Amino acid sequence: MNDPRHDHEPEAMKKLLKTAVSPIKDAEPRRDLWPQMLRRLEAAPSRVPWWDWALLAGTVAAVFLFPSVLPALLFHL
Amino acid sequence: MDLAKRFVAGDLDAFETLFREYQRSVYRWILRIVRDPPAAEDLTVEAFWRMYRARARFDPSGKCGAWLRRIAINVALDHLRHAKQQVPLPEDLPAAPAPDSAVQRETRSAIQRALSELPPRLRVVVQLGLVEDEPYGEIATALGISANAVKVRMFRAVRLLRKKLLEAGITP
Repeated sequence: MNDPRHDHEPEAMKKLLKTAVSPIKDAEPRRDLWPQMLRRLEAAPSRVPWWDWALLAGTVAAVFLFPSVLPALLFHL
Repeated sequence: MDLAKRFVAGDLDAFETLFREYQRSVYRWILRIVRDPPAAEDLTVEAFWRMYRARARFDPSGKCGAWLRRIAINVALDHLRHAKQQVPLPEDLPAAPAPDSAVQRETRSAIQRALSELPPRLRVVVQLGLVEDEPYGEIATALGISANAVKVRMFRAVRLLRKKLLEAGITP
């Protein structure tokens, strides 16, 4: 497959840009990032999926509209 | 069970192994776009955090590196969109050829300013394609778009860049 860059590669612009912005080849983080990652994992609040909230809302609505379902609901818990 | 499957199942040791295997690459992918080492470190952690959160959607038979690169690019793009920052060239980045006159310094700074003023989705294409010399196919995969779409964005970016440079008195 032809590399499409050869169709109209803006060589002049590339040369100009490289006089001001150098490519980054072998950069590495200056420290081990795993400890920061662990802190991020620990700080993350446990998220409740939206469908769990929907289920809860549906249950509350059902109990409010049809109080007679409450004993059956409690029986199944 | 292989590493990817353990990761998808939420195994923290598997995640750490993947993190250590890919952290340098992710950092480099992000740095090439944001060009700010401290920000790139924080964004590397953000990329892995998004990867961890989305692990249920990862296909263990797929390529982890490609998936992670897509996440890393999105994290970097989000950063550019929110920060709307200039392109900094901190001292620890590879230095551009030393300017030998005030005029050249001025030109260099005008070029950096013009690049930083591009919309992020165009700027990323210019930085990866023209500064980092990445083939269009790789840029397309990383951005999740077609090679033709990369070409179109490059065309628009170069046209806009040329206009900004002409306004600054620089003829590309």
